[in-house]
Amino acid sequence: MTTPLNTHIQAATTEPRWIRYLLISLTLIFLTLFLLLPLIAVFTQALQEGINVYLTALIEPDALAAIRLTLITAIIAVPLNLFFGIAAAWAIAKFDFKGKSILLTLIDLPFAVSPVIAGLIFVLLFGLQGWLGPWLSAQNFQIIFAVPGIVLATVFITFPFVARELIPLLQAQGKEEEEAAIVLGANGWQTFWRITLPNMKWGLLYGVILCNARAMGEFGAVSVVSGHIRGLTNTMPLHVEILYNEYNFAAAFAVASLLALLALVTLILKTIVEWRVHQLS
Amino acid sequence: MFLKKHTVLPGFHLALGFTILYLSLVVLIPLSTVFLKAATLSWEEFGNAVLAPRVLASYRLTFGASLLAALLNAFFGLLVAWVLVRYSFFGKRIIDAIIDLPFALPTAVAGISLTAIYAGNGWVGQYLEPLGIKVAFTPLGIVVALTFIGLPFVVRTVQPILQDLEMEVEEAAASLGATRWQTFTFVILPNLWPALLTGFALAFARGLGEYGSVVFIAGNMPMVSEIVPLLIITKLEQYDYKGAAAIAVVMLIASFILLLVINILQWWSSRRYS
Repeated sequence: MTTPLNTHIQAATTEPRWIRYLLISLTLIFLTLFLLLPLIAVFTQALQEGINVYLTALIEPDALAAIRLTLITAIIAVPLNLFFGIAAAWAIAKFDFKGKSILLTLIDLPFAVSPVIAGLIFVLLFGLQGWLGPWLSAQNFQIIFAVPGIVLATVFITFPFVARELIPLLQAQGKEEEEAAIVLGANGWQTFWRITLPNMKWGLLYGVILCNARAMGEFGAVSVVSGHIRGLTNTMPLHVEILYNEYNFAAAFAVASLLALLALVTLILKTIVEWRVHQLS
Repeated sequence: MFLKKHTVLPGFHLALGFTILYLSLVVLIPLSTVFLKAATLSWEEFGNAVLAPRVLASYRLTFGASLLAALLNAFFGLLVAWVLVRYSFFGKRIIDAIIDLPFALPTAVAGISLTAIYAGNGWVGQYLEPLGIKVAFTPLGIVVALTFIGLPFVVRTVQPILQDLEMEVEEAAASLGATRWQTFTFVILPNLWPALLTGFALAFARGLGEYGSVVFIAGNMPMVSEIVPLLIITKLEQYDYKGAAAIAVVMLIASFILLLVINILQWWSSRRYS
């Protein structure tokens, strides 16, 4: 008796089989055209002239310099924004103060700014025609068209990534555990290291993964401040652009394939972290 | 000083002080330079800089292409979210993970790859060209790039809401005699509107500022396929810093208005869904 009833309920809250298959097919076609093909194309284009051309493109000095600069930029930008994210999350999630919602909006601001404008603001500030440009050139210190400008632009672009992961997480966790620790005699650092940090470690990792992916892959902002000096101020995405504009497609896609691998690793790590968090909750 | 009530937790002034200092140094002070630079122009000069025919054409293109891409993303994003939440099929887990690819893949890589696919001799372009559809190096290519870039926004805002919808409501609708389509349009869709609009606005906002993925596929012809961010760079390369700042101010104001709209939408949806 129950079986026909169940199937009837089932049918009432889902679609006929042919519609389901149609929708799934449409989804798969759309995602194939817009996601899978671009991803696959990077690797096939990179290998189109054989493995030797591919490897040569990766180990030539300018490519190595670009890889080194990309790593240096991320190694500076990510910890800075990580440290900021922790401080901002501690202040915003654990205390009630005036102007909190304005502060939250301001932290999100870099997401609303075009990467090109993010580069432009540092040119206006530190460029030769900029506010501090003449003074900087008198000190013989160059920011624009040099490594410091690239790092600054990257810090700006990746500014909100860790903070916006940590703030809602810490807000959801409340502050009772920390208050209990303080009342029981722990000092501020002990409370942070033993209570807050272990509680937020997965959110922290998540934010760092996303922040790092963006830091290594940023193009527009870095392009404006870099000056495109080969071997000196080229990051990996800029190196890809130069090779591409020289019609050296195989080499351009070879370097691009490293960045695509980085994206895949990012997605895998992100999925693992989400899966861990899901298990814990 | 700012604290609303007493607390036993330490570190408030240190944490807030550092937050505000870092925010000012990295974001607020640099960002203010655009407005200060633009303010050195007279109103007439400002008007000439931001209303020149070539600039107007680039606004039309940037806003139009972003709008079209965001609409495409709203439709397909809803479809993808629906299929991922409601149906089970082979490879669903992987598809779900790969949705975020546009967030993780550097925009320049997306740009050259999409160009290779949609060019006249590319995997997809070779079938479109005989039909008279040119994608790469036309405004249509810009829409394709912006659709790629904005794809995760709608999916990721709609998906959790769809997941939390209670089946009982749909059962009630069905038992009261609603067809499946009626249940979808009158029961499910009204619940999804705030999330759908938020995702749409996020994708649109992202499209306005996008540069890396677009420059490779656009063709970059003045008056035809030149987006606003590219125009800003062109001005910079001509050492027209004031002109670049003036256009940047227009785009920033548009972005800030969108940010405000998105905040209101999110406030609306958190009220609706809590």
